[in-house]
Amino acid sequence: MTVLPRALDAEKVRADFPILDRTVRDGRRLVYLDSGATSQKPRQVLDAEREFYQRHNAAVHRGAHQLAEEATDAYEGARATIAAFIGAPPGEVVFTKNTTEGINLVAYAFSNAATAGPGFERFVLGPGDEVVVTEMEHHGNLVPWQELCRRTGATLRWFPLTDEGRLDLSGMDELLNERTKVVAVAHQSNVLGTVNPVRRIAERAHRFGAVVVADAAQSVPHLPVDVTELGADFLAFSGHKMLGPTGIGVLWGRAELLAAMPPFITGGSMIGVVHMDHTTWAEPPQRFEAGVPMAAQAVGLAAAVDYLTALGMDAVAAHEHELTCYALERLAGIDGVRVVGPLDAEARGSAVSFVVDGIHPHDVGQVLDDQGIAVRVGHHCAWPLHRRFAAVATTRATFYVYNTRADVDALAEGIGQAQRFFGTG
Amino acid sequence: MKLEAMYQEIILDHYRNPHHKGLREPYDTEVHHINPTCGDEVRLRVKLDGAGGDARVVDVSYDSLGCSISQASASVATDLLIGRTVDEGMRIAAEFTALMQSKGEGEPDEDVLEDAVAFAGVSRYPARIKCALLSWMAWKDATAQTLSADPNASMEERVS
Repeated sequence: MTVLPRALDAEKVRADFPILDRTVRDGRRLVYLDSGATSQKPRQVLDAEREFYQRHNAAVHRGAHQLAEEATDAYEGARATIAAFIGAPPGEVVFTKNTTEGINLVAYAFSNAATAGPGFERFVLGPGDEVVVTEMEHHGNLVPWQELCRRTGATLRWFPLTDEGRLDLSGMDELLNERTKVVAVAHQSNVLGTVNPVRRIAERAHRFGAVVVADAAQSVPHLPVDVTELGADFLAFSGHKMLGPTGIGVLWGRAELLAAMPPFITGGSMIGVVHMDHTTWAEPPQRFEAGVPMAAQAVGLAAAVDYLTALGMDAVAAHEHELTCYALERLAGIDGVRVVGPLDAEARGSAVSFVVDGIHPHDVGQVLDDQGIAVRVGHHCAWPLHRRFAAVATTRATFYVYNTRADVDALAEGIGQAQRFFGTG
Repeated sequence: MKLEAMYQEIILDHYRNPHHKGLREPYDTEVHHINPTCGDEVRLRVKLDGAGGDARVVDVSYDSLGCSISQASASVATDLLIGRTVDEGMRIAAEFTALMQSKGEGEPDEDVLEDAVAFAGVSRYPARIKCALLSWMAWKDATAQTLSADPNASMEERVS
């Protein structure tokens, strides 16, 4: 018999999020359905950040005074907590600004390798090499690879999508070949909600020695993710989408690959020995953390990880799965609404994007906002994906630990309100 | 209540029945403007007669994709601009831009802006101001390009 995950009590969770008590637009209850853009923060995270500044603030990895020691312990302790959350050793976790910076860090390692000298040949890229992405990528996992190809002469290729909004893997045997050097794929689409079979893709890519980069901005906050099971070589995610502060993200990378990568940003803290005319690099992860790091944010993110761990990531995923099923069911019941993305909730996260016949997403979003419902409208930084589905833009609802079935009901009623207002319903 | 303040009946009328829509010949310049935050776009053509600020706006035609605010704004803009001189048009565009940036505090002059006064409520919503300005920016750009291609036009006259 399988063990059922602990059920998540969303009402109890809500009490931890002060912002959910406020009203918007003249006294409306806030219905926050934009966690895919950024999540709200529980009191525990806010308290951890405040406690750091009030008691332990100092520049980490510098100075021998007591506060510097405490701040360094807090920062490195946060690294260990976050590493354990994804099943990685602490030395494989690099703190970045956000997912986008983590992906750029890897992309620039490839272009910097050409001139980085001995020891970095593993990352040299050039004409004839291929970089493979997918048509569903967020611009953050597309543009850095376009630019890498432009700088190095490598060729960008991509997996197409099925009409249902899943990766079309039928051409994978041709697409991933001996020329493939990098495969960069979203673990979970920020628009479609689709969860991609990263392991299957990685197994094929690894046969040719390619490096596999998973954009986990939308998966680590919502699903149990263990890097050894996932099969990728790099994993990038952002703190602010998982109840943590803005300004901090994580790049996990296999130790042997991090060791073979030249730095992205250079300066203080990332050095071995500095002379007037040349410098050697520190070992990872410090090699990739130039300048005074974001210690308070790391502490806040560790508190967010502790919060999610206490809820249980299985319970978080199960809660979102239930809301996703319910949302798909409610939206299917509204004439003139088309969901862009899988209609069944298997291998699918909680991003639910849709179009409403005859009403532009901006106008849908405005009517929802008038009722206190916060959604995202536009192309959600995935313009080629929208072009693929012949949509100028979509309206997107995303769910998280503090959302309830009542929020889904509010969304469905709000869409009906928009249809009545614009005379299309 | 607030919704009606923003989506004035005039705006919804222009949205449902846009004036001067569709791309027409002849034209001097065609521009394509995109709002990168939402993907809204307008393709707009300008036909002028004459040179400099005194040139007459003979036609403004457009094709556009976007929300009700951007669609209605394009329709209203063509009503206000066609038949005016470039100088007059630039003054109206400046007045409309100022209204959009007024954060709901502007007191629009109906004699100048006519139907465009209905957009006053939009200025309370920062995310929608770009929607309202998209086609006006396109017109200013197309007009400036047309005049700069004209050897009789001076630099001063095409910048509002």
